[in-house]
Amino acid sequence: MKLISAVIKPFKLEDVRQALAEAGVQGMTVTEVKGFGRQKGHTELYRGAEYSVDFVPKTKIEAAVPDSLVEQAVEAIIGAAGTGSIGDGKVFVFDLDHAVRIRTGETGDAAL
Amino acid sequence: MKTFGRILGVVGALAIALLPTLVFGDDAAAAAPTPNKGDTAWMLTSTALVLLMSVPALGLFYGGLVRSKNMLSVLMQVFVGFSLVTVLWCVYGYSLTFTSGTPFFGGFSRLFLNGTFDPVKGAFSYAATFSKATPMYELVYVAFQATFAAITCCLILGSIVERIKFSGVLLFIVLWFTFSYIPVAHMVWFWDGPDAYTTAAAADMANADAGLIWQWGALDFAGGTVVHINAGVAGLVGAFVLGKRLGYGKESMSPHSLTMTMIGASLLWFGWFGFNAGSALEANGSAALAFMNTYLATACAVISWMLVEWIVKGKPSMLGAASGAVAGLVAITPAAGNVGIPGAFVIGLGVSILCFWGCTGLKKMIGADDSLDVFGVHALGGIFGALATGIFNDPSLGGPGLVTDWVMGTVGYPGRMAQFVIQAKAVGLVFVWTAVVAFISFQVVKFTVGLRVSEEEEREGLDITAHGERAYTA
Repeated sequence: MKLISAVIKPFKLEDVRQALAEAGVQGMTVTEVKGFGRQKGHTELYRGAEYSVDFVPKTKIEAAVPDSLVEQAVEAIIGAAGTGSIGDGKVFVFDLDHAVRIRTGETGDAAL
Repeated sequence: MKTFGRILGVVGALAIALLPTLVFGDDAAAAAPTPNKGDTAWMLTSTALVLLMSVPALGLFYGGLVRSKNMLSVLMQVFVGFSLVTVLWCVYGYSLTFTSGTPFFGGFSRLFLNGTFDPVKGAFSYAATFSKATPMYELVYVAFQATFAAITCCLILGSIVERIKFSGVLLFIVLWFTFSYIPVAHMVWFWDGPDAYTTAAAADMANADAGLIWQWGALDFAGGTVVHINAGVAGLVGAFVLGKRLGYGKESMSPHSLTMTMIGASLLWFGWFGFNAGSALEANGSAALAFMNTYLATACAVISWMLVEWIVKGKPSMLGAASGAVAGLVAITPAAGNVGIPGAFVIGLGVSILCFWGCTGLKKMIGADDSLDVFGVHALGGIFGALATGIFNDPSLGGPGLVTDWVMGTVGYPGRMAQFVIQAKAVGLVFVWTAVVAFISFQVVKFTVGLRVSEEEEREGLDITAHGERAYTA
């Protein structure tokens, strides 16, 4: 099992959800986050006060998938979230030790 | 205003209507002027409009500019400050401002609004307007002027928000209202009214009874000196005495809701029609002129601030447009019924350039954390408006001129340089007066109830620590 964590542009969320569903991913968790990478923030100006906003709003998607689906899932995210411009985001893949479905007590791939 | 005229009016007009044979004959009753119903309706409406300028307009305008953790503290300071001054006004403020006394302070004859209504006779006292034989109900004048006193005290708060103790705000308002607002308003606005000017000798007596700055001949239609310079300078003094907010210049202190600020600025514009056009005290041509000038100068100032900001800083911002509106409103306040349409164009277009600099370049030079730019907008805008009033009052520049002889009602104009100097003297006196009073008042607060909240409370935000509630729950 792997945990895929992807940071994407907020307006790409619906495309990515659809692409992941088509790839066979059964569920995901979404969080609104802020961060920075190579895409610089921007400056805001309020009368005489100038503030640089370094953290850019992004959306983080987390999905736990069986090993067999990892490659398609990552491809799906890259395909759906990409615009070709800076700030498209990143995909991280972690090993996942254990998973339990709370309702039934199923574990492992069966819990995903 | 003049007690003598008022009492005659009271007795003559109303008591007699009920008891025609007792005090005066029918002839006297017919001769005594009574308030015009249209004027009364307009002034009641104007008074309510000025109330709207404080609550909610100023509260929202200021509140939107602070961080969300301090939103309620700003609303609360404005809401309670407004109420507090209204109470003080009815206890002693009105009497000390608008009755005869010295050129600096009035007297005590109207404490607790004593004498404005006689329940035995069912009679209301009258105050003067700017026309002979055209009285207004004194209670309407009391209420109208109360809203001015109250909003002026609330304007100062913009300089000291996000770090001042609530008890400190209240004590400061009591002190500053008593020793700066009251004398300045008395000096600028108190006079015996046109009916006192019957002969040359009576005119001399009436002049001697008027406030000091009125005696000088300074023009201030709705409060460039009394309201805006008075409050703006006091605010800057407060910013100095209090010190900067924690993290000022390092952390982001960006406004939490410019939506609120836009609503506030728009409601200010709306309410300001009562403030300025209401200051004509009658529903007449002077009110019409003040109304149009207020409308036009504000629009000019919005466009002007936007253009300056667009050119200098690269983007036209909503906050800039809202700031321009307020700057325009401030500058046209002393001028409203005292200049013509050309004056409104120049004042509106000019003030934004000055105030934009006041909030950027000048602010950096001064170095104080005048948090919401009360000095940059209100003091500078008020000074600009007060000085420009002296120039654009000139009939050759489209202005209405001023009454040079109240006995005959002669309208003239003393000359641009002469009137400009008078205006400058008024500005200078008010600037110094309020600065001194504000400094002493803040010191008194500092050594009694305290000025600043603790560092921890400031970090946490005043909504929770001072008021035990939150503006937004998410």
